[in-house]
Amino acid sequence: MLKGRNLIQPNDFSLQELDSVLSLGEKIIQNPQKYVDVCKGKLLSTLFYEPSTRTRFSFEAAMLRLGGSLVGFSEPGSSSVSKGESLADTIRTVGCYADIIAMRHPKEGSAYLAAKHSNIPVINAGDGGHQHPTQTLTDLLTIKSLKKDLNNLTIGLCGDLKFGRTVHSLVKAMARYQNIKFVFISPSELKIPDYIKEEIEGNYYETSSLEEVIDKVDILYMTRVQRERFINEEEYLRLKDSYILTKDKLKTAKEDMLILHPLPRVNEISTEVDDDPRAVYFEQARYGMFVRMALIMKLLGVDIDA
Amino acid sequence: MLNINSIKKGIVIDHIKAGCGYKIFKQLGLHKADYSVALLKNVSSNAMDKKDIIKIENEINIDFTVLGIIDPNITVNVIENEKIKEKIKLSIPKTVKGIFKCKNPRCITTVENIDEVEFLLVNEENKEYKCEYCESRTSL
Ligand SMILES: [Zn+2]
Repeated sequence: MLKGRNLIQPNDFSLQELDSVLSLGEKIIQNPQKYVDVCKGKLLSTLFYEPSTRTRFSFEAAMLRLGGSLVGFSEPGSSSVSKGESLADTIRTVGCYADIIAMRHPKEGSAYLAAKHSNIPVINAGDGGHQHPTQTLTDLLTIKSLKKDLNNLTIGLCGDLKFGRTVHSLVKAMARYQNIKFVFISPSELKIPDYIKEEIEGNYYETSSLEEVIDKVDILYMTRVQRERFINEEEYLRLKDSYILTKDKLKTAKEDMLILHPLPRVNEISTEVDDDPRAVYFEQARYGMFVRMALIMKLLGVDIDA
Repeated sequence: MLNINSIKKGIVIDHIKAGCGYKIFKQLGLHKADYSVALLKNVSSNAMDKKDIIKIENEINIDFTVLGIIDPNITVNVIENEKIKEKIKLSIPKTVKGIFKCKNPRCITTVENIDEVEFLLVNEENKEYKCEYCESRTSL
């Protein structure tokens, strides 16, 4: 049962629980009309201590599409936070008004702290560079819907694998399924950390060349390579171009490969790729809203199919 | 050989790996003690060749968990009437509170007033713990 629970990190849910959220997400996609009233009278509080318009809109759209309402803030400067109220106190107060919280905060571990002090479910909408579990749910629902299965896949992750929290979470989440192989494509400065590799027990291959492996992957998860991660500007300029996904590089890729990206994109995917049927990164944003609808329903315990 | 009188009532921390005595001495705050304490370095030992020993002539409330993190092979003897009253075996604690501070500057514990942050053991070999909030790793 997910009613009353929190989602702080992707692996907070068992595989079975995760599956129930994804399945509900798929049902909503098939018949969104059926769910337009299920959250009538329910209130989602969006506490955004740092701006993230994209994620906030996704949560707000999800709640509104379920017939629920919203209260919240998107700039901490305009709230009691600017008067120095502790996060714990804010959460306790909001718990008196709302039924569920979606919180984004620049400090790592803030969502865990919020959940400790909350009497209503807390969804982590991003805590610094730490976790962003609804992005992971988005990735999982996209893969599940388009590949029909989360097992037996080779997943290529390309770009900044060192600091990219979406990559870390996705790897940890996908490692729970059967026969998953990972291909890590990054410059040596931005390699995936050892503790992530420890958790996947050798089912991976590391390379710095996208061309070398693009024909082998079922999913290609692209991320931004940020200039500020490099000490050496020349090194950055040399590497950033080697990871720009172009039509040309896609020539050897599988016909049914999927290209995912957590967005926003800068220049790591050339716009000429956008109309390739394998490019699903904009669709991915739609799946993000549907999976948030499913998640809100599950945590509020208003699943009409259950 | 250097000899230090046996103590009447107190604690003897024995089998400290040679060279680690001072670390423990400081960790326990003994450099600030106003009672008799002795730090013996490089004492010859059958089992360990050389070892360090700390003798404390006082009833102090030692946080044994911290010793377990430094070296679980240390033995702690509680002395009463010049005899060993109790031998305490140490182990690496699975969780600790109040010993570590999170080193991650982006951690919520650095800004929010939180009484005791719990750290969970993640790697027994290099005695690495992770912050319960942000999960970043730390060790002594
Ligand atoms: Zn921390």
